[in-house]
Order: sequence, then C-alpha cells, then structure tokens
Amino acid sequence: MALDASTPWTGYSPSAAWDEAMDVDGRVREPYAKVYSEIDKMSSEDLNARADSLANTYLAQGVTFDHAGEERPFPLDIVPRVVGADEWEIISPGVAQRVRTLEAFLADVYGSQRCVTDGVIPRRLITTSQYFHRIVSGIEPANGVRVHVSGIDLVRDQHGIWRVLEDNVRVPSGVSYVLSNRRAMSQMFPDLFGAMGVRPVLEYSHRLRAALTKAAPDGVEDPTIVVLSPGVFNSAYYEHSLLARTMGVELVEGRDLETHGGRVYMRTTAGRRRVDVVYRRVDDEYLDPVVFRPDSALGAPGIIHAARLGNVTICNAVGNGVADDKLIYTYMPALTTYYLGEDPILPNVDTWRLEEREAREEVMDRLAELVVKPVDGAGGKGVLIGPAAAKSELETARKNILADPRGWIAQPVIQLSTVPTLTPEGLEPRHVDLRPFAVNDGDDVWVLPGGLTRVALQRGQLIVNSSQGGGSKDTWVLGGERHRGPISNPESRVEFGGATPVPQSAHPDDYIHGQQQMQQQQQRQQAPQTQESPC
Amino acid sequence: MLSRIAESLFWIGRYVERADNTARLLDVHLNVLLEDPWVDEPAANASLLAVMHVKAGSRVSREEVLSALGTDPKLSSSITGTMGAARDNARRAREVISTEVWESLNTTYMQLGSRARTPRPHDFFLWVRERAAVVWGLHSATTSRDDAWHFMEVGRSLERADMIARMLMMRSLEGTTGPNWTTLLRSCSAHEAYLRTVRSLVTEERAAEFLLIDRLFPRSIAYNLDKVETTLALIEPGLARNSLTDQARLALGRARTNLEYQSIEHILEDLPVQMQHVQSACATASDLIRDRFFLPASSVMWSQEAV
Repeated sequence: MALDASTPWTGYSPSAAWDEAMDVDGRVREPYAKVYSEIDKMSSEDLNARADSLANTYLAQGVTFDHAGEERPFPLDIVPRVVGADEWEIISPGVAQRVRTLEAFLADVYGSQRCVTDGVIPRRLITTSQYFHRIVSGIEPANGVRVHVSGIDLVRDQHGIWRVLEDNVRVPSGVSYVLSNRRAMSQMFPDLFGAMGVRPVLEYSHRLRAALTKAAPDGVEDPTIVVLSPGVFNSAYYEHSLLARTMGVELVEGRDLETHGGRVYMRTTAGRRRVDVVYRRVDDEYLDPVVFRPDSALGAPGIIHAARLGNVTICNAVGNGVADDKLIYTYMPALTTYYLGEDPILPNVDTWRLEEREAREEVMDRLAELVVKPVDGAGGKGVLIGPAAAKSELETARKNILADPRGWIAQPVIQLSTVPTLTPEGLEPRHVDLRPFAVNDGDDVWVLPGGLTRVALQRGQLIVNSSQGGGSKDTWVLGGERHRGPISNPESRVEFGGATPVPQSAHPDDYIHGQQQMQQQQQRQQAPQTQESPC
Repeated sequence: MLSRIAESLFWIGRYVERADNTARLLDVHLNVLLEDPWVDEPAANASLLAVMHVKAGSRVSREEVLSALGTDPKLSSSITGTMGAARDNARRAREVISTEVWESLNTTYMQLGSRARTPRPHDFFLWVRERAAVVWGLHSATTSRDDAWHFMEVGRSLERADMIARMLMMRSLEGTTGPNWTTLLRSCSAHEAYLRTVRSLVTEERAAEFLLIDRLFPRSIAYNLDKVETTLALIEPGLARNSLTDQARLALGRARTNLEYQSIEHILEDLPVQMQHVQSACATASDLIRDRFFLPASSVMWSQEAV
C-alpha cells in the first residue's frame, strides 16, 4: 500500500520563489485545491500519457512553431495555471488602466506633446526612440484608438505581488495559443472545467472583430477588415490564420494589397475590393516601402498615405513602439498619475535609468547581481542576468552600457513565481510570467480573462520566451459562476409545452415489417437444405 | 475571394486528385508487371515515366519508378511530394478551408513518411486513395458552394480528366501488352458502374467509350471536361466572348466534342495521340485560368529606384 500512496505530487516542493500552488509549509493554496486533488488521483503514467496526447493533438491541428526548419508542436504543459477571482480583480483593472495610460501617452506624443512641455518626460527620450516615427504625427485615428490590442507582461515577485514587466503595444502575439490551449485542455480535463467555473476565453475573436469594426474610417457602414500577415513562413502564421478564420475576415499578404488614389484594395478573383481596416501583423518598418524600408516586400506601398487621408485604419497604429520602449516604461507610473489622475494599480519592477549618472555608477558596482536589458529588445534577446553571467559577459555588458547608456536599463533579479510543471523528473516548480491581452474598442478596454502563461522549462531558468526554449500553460481565471446564472431572456428558450415531438422516421422495411421479412427469408434459405437432405 | 487563395484552392484540388490517380496508376502498372510473363520491365518503366512527364533514361528499374512516382518526397512527381504540396497550399489557405479539411490533409502529410516505407506498395496506394477520399468527403460536407468550392472543383475535375487520359495511354506502353480493359476499368473504380450501364461483358470499344465519354459516370473524361466548363460559368456568369475564361472553356469543349463525335474505332486507332490532345487542352485551360483569376492584369509593383 505504501507504494500506491505515491502520486505525481510526491516529492514536489516549492523553491525560494513564490509558488502559486503551494505555500512554504506544503499547504495547497486555495485556487489550486481542485487541480491538486484531480492530479492526485492519477498515476504518473496517466499524467504522462495525457501530456503525450496533448502534444499529438497539437501536431494534428498544426499548432506548431518552426524550430531550425522543422515544425514542432508548441509545448503546452499539462498542469494549468490557476488565477483566483480576487487576484483577477486586481489584474484586470490594472491592465486596463495601463492601456488607457499608454493610449493617452501615444495621443500626446503624436499630437501636442504636452507631457514634454509639462516636464514629465524629457523630449530627448522621445526623439531618440527607435520607434518614434515623426511621419505619422498628426494622423488622427478614426475612433481615437491606437492600441487596439496590447499584451502587458506581468510577473509575480517573491512576495506574491503582481508587477508589470513590460508593455507590448506594437504587434503583441501569443493570443492564438491562449485559444488553442484552452480547447486542448478542456478536452483533457472535462470534469475540472465543470467543477471549477473557469472563465471562457473564446470571446476574444468576437471582441477583436467588434473593436476593429468600430475603428473603421468615418462613414463606412460595413467595413471590410483584413488581417495582414508577412506570410506562411512567419513563425506566428498559425496565429494570423486562426484570428482571420475565427473573425471571419480575409488573411492577406502584402502582395494581395494595392493602393490607388489613396485607397487600399485587395486583389480578388472578381477584381479589386476596397479595404477599410487592416489588422496588421507586420512590423512598422516593413509596412510601407514608400516611407520605411524600401526593400520590404511584406507591406503595401502607399498604405501610410491612405491612412493619413483617413481612408484606411491601421491597427495597431504605426509608431506605437515609442510607448513600449523600456525607458518610457520607467515613467509609466508617473504618466498614469499625470494623464488619468489615478494611482497605478499594478506597480513596475524597480528600474535604473542608466542615463542618470548616479544610477549608472550604482549599477556598475552591482552589475553581477542585476538584470540588464536593451530598451528596444523583445523575445528575451540581449538580456543579461548578472548572477548567471560569466565574467567576460559582464565586461562586454559594461562596455555596451558605457557606450550607449540610452540603450539599456537595469533591474534587480526578480524571482518569478513558480507553478508545478511536468518535467522528465516529474512535477517540479518552474518559473512563469503572464501576458494578459487587452482589446480597446474606444469605449472600453476589455481584458481577456486569462492570457498567455509562459513557462521556462529548464530548472532555474528565468527567461520564459518560446524562442529561448519556453513553453506555455493554459491560464484559468476562476469566478465564472456568476456569469452562468439562469438564462434571463425568456424568448430564447425553446417552448415544449403543448407541442408534440415529431418522430424520427425510418425506412418502412427496417422496423415494422423487418422482423417478419427476415424470418421469411431465413426460412426460405433453410428450406432447400431440408428438402435436399433426404436425397 | 483573394486571387492568391483561389490559386491555392485550385492547386489543392489538383494535387489531391493527382496523388489519388498516381496511386491508381502505379497500382495498375505493378499489376501488369506481375501478370505479363514476357514483359520488358525496364522499358515499360521508362515508358511510364515518359507518360507522367518525368525525365529518365531508356531503362528504369522498379525501385526508381516507385520512388519517382511514389515515395520520394523531394520530387514533385511523386505521391508524397504531391500530397506535401497539397498540404502546403492548404496551410496558405488555412483561413478559408475548414478545420476538418486542414486536419485531414495535415495528418495525411505527417503519416506519409512512415506509410511510404511499407514493404507492400499496394497498401500504400490503398491508403493514399482512402486519404484522398477523406479529404473530398470532408470538403464536400463542410464547404459552402461559393467560389472556394468552385475553384477546388475546377482543379479537381481538370486534373481528373488529365490523369485518366494518362492512364489510358498505359495501353500502349513499350515492352508490354499493357493493362487489359477490365484492369483499367477497375483502377478507375468504373468496373461495376460499367457492368450496370452497359450490361454486357467488357469489350474494348465499350470500355473505352465508357471511360472516354460516358455522361453520367464521374470518372469519364468527358464528364470531367464538361464539369470544368460548367463550373467556370458559375465562377464568371455572363461570359464575354473571347474573354480568357471563354477561351479556356472553348479549349476544353473542343477536346470533349472531339471525343464525343468521333467514332470510337477511330479514336482507338491512335489512342496515345488522342489522349495527348486531352492533356494539352487541360494544360491550356489551366494556364488561361491562371492568367484570368490568379494574376490580375492591374498588378502594380513597387520597385526600388536605382540612383
């Protein structure tokens, strides 16, 4: 019996970081109670078998990413990450507040630059940003929205406090994994979903489509929306096609678009068709060879001009990158107070601006215990984690910083929170972050309940990006019960009273006469035998 | 519908049908090699590759044929190469085709390698035909009869006419007496339909007639040529005279009526040449369809100015 007592949980113990499933005394935290007991009922083999079948579903569906020219299933961990309703009550408004601040800041930067005149942000900071595109200043988006979709990366520190790690307001990706992770996990744990009241995520495409419709140029009643993808070889192509499919819009590539007289058209078998809203997944620099990189074959020549004339809306707006610059990030709490007159709900991670002499000197002294990041980086590229770095790497970083202080920031090492994750050695704590997605339709910022949880699959690894060997988890936000009360609209119910159910008909020979006929035919077959036998 | 997507759909239709028919054709060929004791196999193999427009020497081994038309994923002539191309096109048109069709093509593609390694090629061919049937079944059950359907249908019918013409050319492969008409009917899944329609034993004229011009059987050449013509009219109703679509229909109509109005004895006299006419009509129509629908005349290219 002692052997039978071993479950997948045997031997699981949280490390130094905040473990979301278990406290330091080994007690299971409340949101994870049901997940814990469900897995507790399984054997390790059972858990591994489910993990394998999860990977196979992804291969069949084509949820893959290209790794060295080979299609691999996107790694989805079998243990979900659970976020309690009370925590979501902080995250959701916190993210929405962040997005409203970013919107206000972008409108200001590409408008009157009040924040500069009032001395909140140094002008130099804006003009030296690689993603500040003066060419789009003065373009007023149709419904005032520039950040239609955003992904605000959050982490949880040693004390369990949620903090913003970075803002992504250019072309944040990953939402397709949220949608397909959910679909796969709900097939894997059907009972749990019913019992826990997980908030649904399927609404996303619907919300996004509604937001894009609202963003259409003035006077367009029923806008033609397209998703602009760099093409089938892009690593996020799966996401582009999923969004186009679930929104019911066309997926176009740059070569499908053309501009005539300041309007954008797509080439169809029935001639040209006007395009009103472009949800682009192509970076700014490749979007329009007329104003940006002239060698780009991914964009549509003249699309910026069309946007300036107000004939097409580009989502997200061009030039948003100035707001998710990591140096601007350090000003975000101040900007929240400045534009919204509110206290920030979600704090930042403490950050040193290396342009300031005192900060730089302090950082130089403590380089081995800090994290240094390039301000315009994405995907975990160029990040140096001091405690894990070799001496030579530290020296290179030191030189880089001194050569270009504007290009770098430094942060203390944050022990990201951990969540139980299935590894070849069984369940172990692994570091995670969270990217909630927010859709702004101009009236309201809606935050997708859940978001993409990225998990570092190597022990102790703090960088979670999939390009650095990370995986993902399905994120379950609890507290869905109140959304599923009885259906309030009585007209939508099927009335059975008084109506007789219509019977399902069938071939008359099959049931009514069938048995009789079968008996007769069987007798006829048997008859010759009995006659022949005497001969 | 986007031109680029329409082109992908057209080619999915062609590739899946091509894989299906190549499997049938190879199956027939292997059968002939087994049954004909006096066969000059290397010459017959070379001749088959010529029918399929694959470059090869005059003596070709069985392994080479099986690899060139069956299992070599790097060759566009092989079943694995063709199915891979169908899947690539499906990936490009992912948001237009249904999830069911995509997954059936994707799983087919992923199993190709292991299926192709079977010691009994017949099993592989059977599996390919089955997978093609799954794709068509799901496609037919999940696609609206709009342009997405029509373009795939045009591709499929065009390819089917072309491939049956190639299969009939096997009657006159070098170094062998060729498959008999019963085998050909069977490999076109037409034997039972033939018996029900013609109500007599298989004779050369009757069997050829059935595969060439039967109006009701979905694997006769005339049926498929006619299907392309009518589907083109659905895609572009109210055809203008001398438009590209009209020219495509004319080319196909000419090939079809040529088969329908000539005496069958006359066609059988020089079957290979007649079948080549069908194939070149299909190629002409395919090019015209491409020019009309997939490469709009008004395309404006952005070119970088050299200073």
